[in-house]
Formats: sequence, C-alpha cells, structure tokens
Amino acid sequence: MPKLKVDGIEVEVPPGSTVLQACEAAGKEIPRFCYHQRLSIAGNCRMCLVEVKPGPPKPQASCALPAADNQEVFTDSPMTVKARKGVMEMLLINHPLDCPICDQGGECDLQDQALHYGADTSRYAENKRAVKDKNMGPLIKTIMTRCIHCTRCVRFVDEVAGVPTIGALGRSGDMEITTLEQAVASELSGNVVDLCPVGALTSKPYAFNARPWELTKTESIDVMDALGSNIRIDTRSGEVLRVLPRLNEDVNEEWLGDKSRYACDGLKRQRLDRPYVRRDGKLRPASWPEALQTVASKLKATAPEKIGAIVGDLVDCESVFALKQLLDGLKVASMDCRQDGAAIDPACRAGYILNAGLAGVEEADALLLIGTNPRVEAPVWNARIRKAWLENGLKVGVIGENADLTYRYSYLGAGAQSLQAVANGSDDFAKVLENAERPMVVIGQGALARADGAAVLAAARAIADKYAGGAAGFGMLHTAAGRVGALDLGFVPGEGGLNTAGIVDGAASGEVEVVFLLGADEIAPSKLQNAFVVYQGHHGDHGAHAADVILPGAAYTEKDATYVNTEGRPQHAYRAVFAPGEAREDWAILRALSGALGAPLPYDTLAGLRAAMCEAHPHLGATDALSEAEWGEFGAVGEMAETPFASPVRNYYHTNAIARASETMARCIEELLPAATKATGTNG
Amino acid sequence: MLRDEDRIFTNLYGRHDWRLAGARKRGDWDNTAAIIKLGRDEIVNRMKASGLRGRGGAGFPTGLKWSFMPKDTGGRPSYLVVNADEGEPGTCKDRDIMRHDPHKLVEGCLIAGSAIGATAAYIYIRGEFYNEARHLQIAIDEAYDAGLLGKNAANSGFDFDVYVHRGAGAYLCGEETALIESLEGKKGQPRLKPPFPAGAGLYGCPSTVNNVESIAVAPTILRRGAEWFAGLGRENNTGTKLFCISGHVERPCNVEEEMGIPLRELIEKHAGGVRGGWDNLLAVIPGGSSTPVLPKNICDDILMDFDSLRGVGSGLGTAAVIVMDKSTDIIKAFARLAHFYRHESCGQCTPCREGFGWVERVMDRMVIGNARVEEIDMLFEVTKEIEGHTICAHGDGGSWPIQGLIRHFRPVMEARIAAYHAKAAA
Repeated sequence: MPKLKVDGIEVEVPPGSTVLQACEAAGKEIPRFCYHQRLSIAGNCRMCLVEVKPGPPKPQASCALPAADNQEVFTDSPMTVKARKGVMEMLLINHPLDCPICDQGGECDLQDQALHYGADTSRYAENKRAVKDKNMGPLIKTIMTRCIHCTRCVRFVDEVAGVPTIGALGRSGDMEITTLEQAVASELSGNVVDLCPVGALTSKPYAFNARPWELTKTESIDVMDALGSNIRIDTRSGEVLRVLPRLNEDVNEEWLGDKSRYACDGLKRQRLDRPYVRRDGKLRPASWPEALQTVASKLKATAPEKIGAIVGDLVDCESVFALKQLLDGLKVASMDCRQDGAAIDPACRAGYILNAGLAGVEEADALLLIGTNPRVEAPVWNARIRKAWLENGLKVGVIGENADLTYRYSYLGAGAQSLQAVANGSDDFAKVLENAERPMVVIGQGALARADGAAVLAAARAIADKYAGGAAGFGMLHTAAGRVGALDLGFVPGEGGLNTAGIVDGAASGEVEVVFLLGADEIAPSKLQNAFVVYQGHHGDHGAHAADVILPGAAYTEKDATYVNTEGRPQHAYRAVFAPGEAREDWAILRALSGALGAPLPYDTLAGLRAAMCEAHPHLGATDALSEAEWGEFGAVGEMAETPFASPVRNYYHTNAIARASETMARCIEELLPAATKATGTNG
Repeated sequence: MLRDEDRIFTNLYGRHDWRLAGARKRGDWDNTAAIIKLGRDEIVNRMKASGLRGRGGAGFPTGLKWSFMPKDTGGRPSYLVVNADEGEPGTCKDRDIMRHDPHKLVEGCLIAGSAIGATAAYIYIRGEFYNEARHLQIAIDEAYDAGLLGKNAANSGFDFDVYVHRGAGAYLCGEETALIESLEGKKGQPRLKPPFPAGAGLYGCPSTVNNVESIAVAPTILRRGAEWFAGLGRENNTGTKLFCISGHVERPCNVEEEMGIPLRELIEKHAGGVRGGWDNLLAVIPGGSSTPVLPKNICDDILMDFDSLRGVGSGLGTAAVIVMDKSTDIIKAFARLAHFYRHESCGQCTPCREGFGWVERVMDRMVIGNARVEEIDMLFEVTKEIEGHTICAHGDGGSWPIQGLIRHFRPVMEARIAAYHAKAAA
C-alpha cells in the first residue's frame, strides 16, 4: 500500500494504483481526456500532467505514473498549472470551437475543462486543420475536425468490443481516426459515442434532437436482452429521446448494447394507443369498458380448460403476477411464459438462472457455452467474457454455432454429440473443465427451444454436476428480459395445463377457444386464427395481428415495474413517460379486467400489488440482490437429436416488437448485417 | 588529433574489403569467444570502466544500460535491439559503419547480446538504407556460414541469432520504444515509460536498444581494454567518436576523432575549413538538427563533447556538425527544420502534434518577416509548452532548434520583421 502526499494530504492507495487515482483519493480532480478506467492507458492527451517529486524536473502524466511510497504530488503548483494551460491551448488551436452547433455541447469534456483550465482568448492566428468526416455506420455520426486524438474509441473497439475496426492513420497533425469507410460492425459500437470526450463521435439517430439540459433523466432497466442493463432514459415532453447506460459493476459495468441504446425510436411507432375489438372480421376502435366487457364475457362463457395464456419476452413481474392471479381465479391451468418453447424446468430455480452471476465469469477459469452466441444474445456480457479471456486467460469452449465471438475458443462441435463427449470425458475440453478451479457451464436458449430440449438440459446439468460443482458452475443465458421473473412467479402450465405448443396446437384444433397473449409477439398470427385472441401489449406486432380484442398496454419506459435478469437479480424500472393515448399500465388493465369479471384482484395500487407479490415470492423483494438457488433435479434424460444447436437470435437488431418498430434498427440491418456476414465469410 | 593506431573504424571510407575476410584482417572476430567467456558481469564492468556513452544522441552510459537487464526474466527471452534507423538530419555515421564495416556491428551484436543475456539481436535499419541493409545481411550470412553466429556462436558456447528488419523511413521510429512498436508491426508510436525496455521491451520481453555505433565500438573496447578507451578524451566524455561534418565546408566528411576535440580544429583539419574561411562562419549545429545552434563566437573555442556542449546550452547529440556560413538564411534554415519536426511527429500526444504545426506556420511567416515582434516571444513560449510535456523526446528535440535560433539570432528575426513592415508601408 504506497503512501504518498497529494498537495500535502497524505493518502494510502492500493498497490498498482496510478498517481491520478491517488489524487482522486485525496479529493483532487485531475483533468483528463484519454484516460478511462476501463481502457488501457494511452497517456497521449497530456492533460493530466502533474508535478511529482522525486522525479525529473518536468511534469509527469499522472494517468500512467505508478503511485509510489514517499512521492509528493502537486496538483496546483505553477509547473502543473503551466503544463495544463499549455496542453489546453494546444488542444484548442485546431479544434473548431463550434460548440453552438455541436451535439456534445453541455456534456463535453473539452468544453468543461476549457472553462476551468483554458485561457480566455487564443493566441493562435493561423489556419485551423480541417478533417474529412468518416463513415462509421448508421449509429455513429462523425465530425472529425473536432477530434482531439485521445484514441479512446480505438482502444474501446480494440480491447472491449474486440472488433478492431477503428484506428489511426497518418502522423503529426495529419493523424486521423478512421474506419476505412466501413461501419463499426460491433453490437457495442454506440459506446464510443459516450467515450468520445468531444463532439467528434456523436449519436446519429439523436443528432440535433435536444440539449442535455432540456432532458428529464430517469434511471431504469433495459429489456432488450436478459441482462437487465442499467440505463438512464432521457426524455423531453413525454418523448423518449435517448437511452444511455448507467454504471452497475455487477451487471453492465458502464456499457450498453446498440439495440438497448438505439431501439428507443421504436417506442414511437406502431403503438397501440386505444382498445380495439374485432367486429365483422375487422379490428375497430372501442372504448375501454367495451373492450374489457367483451373479454370478460368471452372468458366467463368459456370453460377454463379451453382457455390458454402466454406471456411474452418483455413483460414485467407485476403484470405476470396479476395475470396469474386472475387466471388462477378462473381455474385456468394452461399458461406459459416460454413462447419459444424452451424446455426450461421451472421446478428448480438453480436450473434456469446464471448462478455465478454475470460478474462471476471474471473469476471463472473455464467456460463452456452450449447452444448460445452471447455476442448477439447478450453483447455486454460477451464483452465481459472477452475481458476475462484477455486478462485472466479464461478458457472458453463452445458447443453450437462456430461464430466470431471476439475471443478465441475451442470449438467442440455443433450439437448433442459434442455435449456427450464432454459429459463422458472423451473431449479434450473435459480435461480443461476438470482441471479448472472455477469452471462455468452456460446453456443458451438455442439448445433448449427444440424437441429434445429437456434431454439437452439434463445433459448440461450432468456436465455441471460432474465438473463444475452443481449450481455454482451452472448457468442459463436467457434472451428474454421477462423470462426469469415469469418463471419465478410460476407462470407455467398447472395441473393438466397446456404449454405454449399445446396452446397453439389447441388453438388450431379448436381444443383451446380463448388465447390471452400478454405481450407475446413471437407466435405467428396464422396459427391462432381459429381461436378468440386477446392481445394485451404495446406494439402492433404479431400478437396484435392475431387479436380479436386489443388491450393497449405500456412499454418498459412507461411503467414502474420489476424485472429479474438472467442471473436472478430483481431490479426496478421506473416510468420515464406516460403510455400514449388511452394505453394503460399493464397491471392496471388486468385489475380492471378482474373487475369486469366480477372477481376483483385484491389490490388497487401498484404498491399493494407489489406487496402481495413479494409476500408470495420474497426473493423478488430483495431488489438488486442475488439470492442463492438450491441445486436440484431438472431436465429429462433422454435421446438427443443430431440437429446442430443454433442461437435463437438470427438478427440482433430485430428481436422484439420495439426493435422491429425502430427505424434505426432497420437501418442497422441494412448497413451492418451484410457487412458483418461478409466479415465472417458465412454468406457464401 | 587522434592517432591512426587508436582508430576503431579502420575502413570507414570503404577503401578496403568490407566482407569477412577483410574484416578479419582488420582484427574483427579475433578470438571473440574469449571476450564472451569473460561472462556477463565482467563485460558489463569493463564497458562501464571504458566510460562509453551511448552514441545515439542522449549519451546514456552504455555499460550502465546493459546492467539494467534482468538476470531472472521469468522464462522470457531477452533481446538486443540495434537502432540503425539513423534519421537525425546531418547524421550519416551509422550508414558508413554498415556499408563499409558491417562486421564490427555484427560482432558487437554477439558480444553485447552475451553481456545482456539476449537470445537474439534485431537490427532495425532505416528503410532508405537499401545498400547498407544488403551489406549487413551479407555480413550476417557470412558470419553464420563461418560459425560466428547461430548455435555455439564463434565457439563461445553461446547461441545467438541476428536479424535485420527494414523500417519504412519514419524519423520517429528512431525513438527506442517507437522502434520496438514498429518492429512488432504496429504504428510507430513511442510507449509510455515506465516500464522501460529493460523490463518490458520487444514483445514484452527484457530488451536493450542501442545505437549502431555504441554496439560497433564494443568489441574493440573489450579487445584493447577499457583503460585504453577511457584514456582518450576527457573524464566522463571518453573515447573516440564519429563526427559527420556537413554544410558549408570545403570537404564534408565523416571522421573518427577523439572526444573533446575543439570544433574549429575538427572542421579545419578534416573538412578543409569553412567555405570562405573561418570568419565567414555564421553558425554551427553541433550534434544533429535537434541540438540548439551555436553562433560563431561560441564555435571559436568550444570542445566537442557531451558536457562542454551542454554547458553552452546545446548538446553533442549524434555529433553531426552542420556548418552554416554567412550566405545562409538562418531563419529559412530553421523554418525548414520546423517543417521536418512537424512532419515527423507521430501525432500521438497533444503538445507535439498540435504545437509543431503551430511552430511551422509561425516560422513560415517569420521567414518573410510577416509577423509581429511579440510573436517571437510567443513562439519561444509555444516551444516551451511542447518541451518536456510529451511522451518521448521528439517534443524536446523539435523545440530546441527554434529556442536556439531565438536565443542567438533574435536580432536577425526582428530585422526581418522590420524590413517586411517597412516594405509593406512603402
């Protein structure tokens, strides 16, 4: 623990700390541009220069200098101040100073630091450099004249994203950051916008939309994948303008996937903003009482075994709980939250969460991925796997798709045969798992959403049991944000009830007459046309097409709600805006429906609902915490087919109703996906 | 004046055979095994005793540098990297070593490699040095064929390989860590120090980067004895040195001389004197373009070694003496240097990347006098904002010439400005 003095204040910092960190520990802010705690140290902006004794008679870059015993650091000495002023002057001479028309204005590091450390006028009387803008794809807008060459973006794509498509060309004042005119083909590319300390890289879809001081900021939870990334929703006048990541070391660190960040324009399109009822074969606008009455009378007139309910991927716990109570009241047993038909066993919680936690992969020394492509299913977690691979030498094995995951892995095979080879120890990777101290086995939905899913799950369980110490090393990577919560709440077929496939088949054969879809958009409408379909949700997507009655609900930005992420962590999302038009929060719709049914649910407020839910499922009350799950039996040992495991995410940019409604996502598909497929050489 | 028998580079002018047979006749590769068998510590001690200071410009004691190489490397190999990216304007000594006496360098690599426990030497040669690279490669091939390199090199029981890598002509790749980056195949940008190359250099392994001349003189020093070398020159500035004399002299040349020779003697004895006589001298850049210029009154009696030049605010650098007579437009000469340092900045860190562009543009105006007198002070301040604020020494090396110009030739600059404004007013 080196002890040093910063401006006379004695501080002790952990070994390996830099002088900059020591200064922060002493409460002294050091200006910086290139330094970022999650990227390698470049030391090139020279803004963090400080005077250090003992040392050479010139200022030192505090971001790169190791803190050592008996150092004396001066953050305010004439030498330090002169150095900072000089560097700031240099940074500004070629910067266009076009703040009034720059989207970074108001949240610009250069602007802020120029205010504190810069001079009031410029001595530079020559021509300024001008740089051609670069094409970085549909998400990143470039005004390269503003670039100060901090290389944060270069280091990010190189180190964190693992897709080294940004680099520097040329030297001296002619150095340019460029992508060689190709889009940044990473699912994490939007993060370079946050990293850029100036307005060189800004958000293309958000360009000229708002100034940061006009925005209302709501801290919430993302639902585009099952990570539950912490986000900040920026809104103005009831409109979501952008989504930014929020720091949570255990979940998303400070990164966010492009879909989570940019699909928010989908919240403004294809919205269901009033109830509809199908009359004479056509959906016609209706009033709330009319719509609720239609649903209530249909439900009352139908025998419980002829009713089925399916909840979708983005549905929050409160709505699921309310719907389950409503269905229980009606004695309906056919319900399911696995609309992809994944053979998840709801009986054992340790069997459907990522027990070691998302951060756990950083402590792991071996990782077996079964039927999952985390790069498209959970890009932020994939970056964490990459980090563990880079820094800790994590050994990764993959059974499933042989895709570019941005790190090297042992490819064991495509399907069940390779799984058996690991299970019986004949594959080399079995040795790796056996010798590892903290191995992890992670199974994805691609291995489960198939006829032999239960057998695959059992085989994965056996591997975890044999090599990874059971629950400690077993994990499931979900793709749906609402899935774990719904499983926790038991939204699965009850005694004699049908599962998703049963309900869909029943709807076709006439065995099921009423299907209630709560945000379920992944079922083809054609399969449900024989049944009376009630769709409650927020987008006019597949579910609404099949519907006979539409009950317009709220999207994730429009309700206070609980989501449980893939590691079993309950987190609260908060309402940033109101749902459009007559749409209502989902729990309130279900409460109203229960009233129309004549059996009102026993709560009138969200707080009341939440209290009832947490009483029935206490772990959901432990917000932000992980609760340990007990290891048990799950899956069903059986024959496995030869079919290769395939990731359920074929198209990262189109995995849910919101993303499908987003123009930005459509542009991403147009511009990025061909490039990405070309890059991997799999498009023939 | 250096006696002929004390010369190290006896084929500097290429009058004799540069190949192995010729080199052997001049005493190279003579019982190299005996030197290697002295052992690491003894070689380093003798190098320290010789007082040899690095010939690449900074003058860091070579023996001391070698002693920094760790003995316990944790299983990593160690490397010797030879900096043959001779790019400092005015300097052309390494080039002549490599084309006329390459075996001195190759033998030096083997000995230095053994002294630092290296498994291989990488010679990073400037891309423009085509013939030099060719000669060097032939010399290396000859050495391999004669069993002087490779397994059990020169029967010393020591295994050693030497590789030549051609650069692409960036001045900055002469900076030791930029050279390592470039050698690794990356963009030639200096690294942050620490860690120093002795801790983590080429491919993250302990490495020593030495100039060609420092390595090439090592075998002779060890053969003739540290005392012999230390007896030449004066204290702390020992031995012989290659001087490259260019510019307005009668006979520009490379010459090996004793350290501490008076500048005037050096120019008059070896280069035939200043064009038009000593009194026609305007200024001399004593050690390659980055060392501050000296006006004639200092040149009259200055000694050519590290410490005395440092005493007058300049430096020995690479000992590339650039002579300028009174026909020189001194402002234009330094504007050209300002262009060079702007163009050769790697662009990595702010003060150098932005600052030299500024300096160049102001200097271009200074040449015609289109400036204000206060701008001379501003220019000086700008160079002070660059100097000492960068990752590598390019910021210093590009600032010093301008500072030297302003320090010694400010009246010339002011006169130029006055003339410009007088003409504009007329």
